[in-house]
Amino acid sequence: MPLLELKKLVKDFGGLKAVNEVSFQVEKGEIFGLIGPNGSGKTTIFNCINNFYPITNGDVIFKGKSIKGLKPHKVCHLGIGRTFQVVKPLARMTVLENVTASAFCRFNTIREAQKEAGRVLEFCNLNTSKEKLAKSLPIGSRKRLEIARALATRPDMILLDETAAGLNPSELDEAIDLIRRIRESGITILIVEHIMKLIMSISDRIHAINFGQTIAEGSPKEVADNPAVIEAYLGEEYARS
Amino acid sequence: MKSKNITLIILGIFFLLFPFIIKSEYYQHLVIIALMWVVIGSSWNLLAGYTGQVSFGHAIFFGVGAYTAGIFVTKLEISAWWGMLFGGFAAMLIALFVGWVCFRLRGPYFALATLAGSEIIRLVATNWESLTDGMVGILIIQSFRSKLPYYYIVLGLAAACIYAIHLLMKSKWGYYFVSIREDQDAAESLGINTTLYKNISLLISAFFAGSAGAFYMNYMAFIDPHVVFSLHYISIMAILVGIVGGVATIMGPAVGAFVMVGVQETFRSAFFGVAPRWISEAHALVFGLLVIFVIMFMANGIVGDWGKIKRVLLGTRPSA
Repeated sequence: MPLLELKKLVKDFGGLKAVNEVSFQVEKGEIFGLIGPNGSGKTTIFNCINNFYPITNGDVIFKGKSIKGLKPHKVCHLGIGRTFQVVKPLARMTVLENVTASAFCRFNTIREAQKEAGRVLEFCNLNTSKEKLAKSLPIGSRKRLEIARALATRPDMILLDETAAGLNPSELDEAIDLIRRIRESGITILIVEHIMKLIMSISDRIHAINFGQTIAEGSPKEVADNPAVIEAYLGEEYARS
Repeated sequence: MKSKNITLIILGIFFLLFPFIIKSEYYQHLVIIALMWVVIGSSWNLLAGYTGQVSFGHAIFFGVGAYTAGIFVTKLEISAWWGMLFGGFAAMLIALFVGWVCFRLRGPYFALATLAGSEIIRLVATNWESLTDGMVGILIIQSFRSKLPYYYIVLGLAAACIYAIHLLMKSKWGYYFVSIREDQDAAESLGINTTLYKNISLLISAFFAGSAGAFYMNYMAFIDPHVVFSLHYISIMAILVGIVGGVATIMGPAVGAFVMVGVQETFRSAFFGVAPRWISEAHALVFGLLVIFVIMFMANGIVGDWGKIKRVLLGTRPSA
């Protein structure tokens, strides 16, 4: 049984079909990449999975149960954590408070939640900025804070939305290392990314979409060689050669 | 930490002994009113300052608390002091409805909805004469002639309110409230049931505002809809107390309450009779100027920007 399954997911905004019958299955323990050009509907799929947007049609199955129509906080409690492409730090709270707030998802007392937050911050190499206000962090740390917050909810699966965008090369290597360590800790990862170095090197399987529709799925190599994918990214001419 | 505790103990002793130091009933009255505003301001601060849901309608809860106490006397013929208990619960009941309607909206739209709500309830209280006696208002007989019992009751209420919010903000709920203020979508994705916790914040806030209203009924012995449901005297004043004292600080509304009641009384009494009478008309203007000043130069209020104020007063440069 796959951990997460999208069944012919459709989301339309008025007349525009942002996501059109996209189906895929994410197996437990894998890193599943979701790629596509700008505006192809990747973030919309994320927002449909944790129900920030109501789904127009189709279904989302998590651990064998439909999570369609559940409130986002319920989806989180079921075990799906997420990060935002446009980071949403709780600006006037410290880094530790940010993560503690999300650790309350599984722990009720402040002592346990803070302990869990400390553990997660160490895991994400944010220990040194614990007491800093979230708004004072540089973008690289903010992205890691997003991940830390999602991890503190003890998810079975984490949705990473362009966590490497805007990072410099050394930060990028750190991000890749962090994502690998997350997988090693037993968490399934669904990742949206534009940086090919990252997505090609860490994904087990990749699903490519364009204009809200599936164009390819397979191993990184297969997807990279797929004419439809090349066309979507580089134009028709390159696809033929 | 230590010096903070000592300050609190000295403040506590001062307030406990205050009516024996200052025997003037006039000044005792002012402090009683200021302490009542500590409660209303703190309750507003919990919802608006900490949870980020700015209410322009705290008069709803204050007024419902006051009317609950008043109606206990006129209709049920029991002591208005029962209102001190049930006024808060009645305000919570109304808050359930207010939350159900208004929390569908966010930000400024929520604020406007609460504003509309308070106008609606004021008109209901004005026109539902069989229950509220309408514009005639409710007049009861005060239980005590001395100010002392009232002073200690409201002091206890204010201390309980501040302490409760202090404890609350150190708990899971406190973290959730602030998370919701900072980013509602992020909070939701972290597993926080934002609708539920916004309502919890509103209910607690309404409880304290309602208790303050019930105290007002007992103390002033007269209410009418235009006073207790007033946008100007209650809802806006609650916001001013919070902003001037310091939004999202525990002691902010307490400081703000004393400053605002002080300013209000100074103008109402035309500088205690020294200035010409017409100046008392200017108090709304001065309130406005004060708010502009606070927002421009100390956006975090007196308590929030205390370090800055000290530097300016002492003429020292920032250390960092």
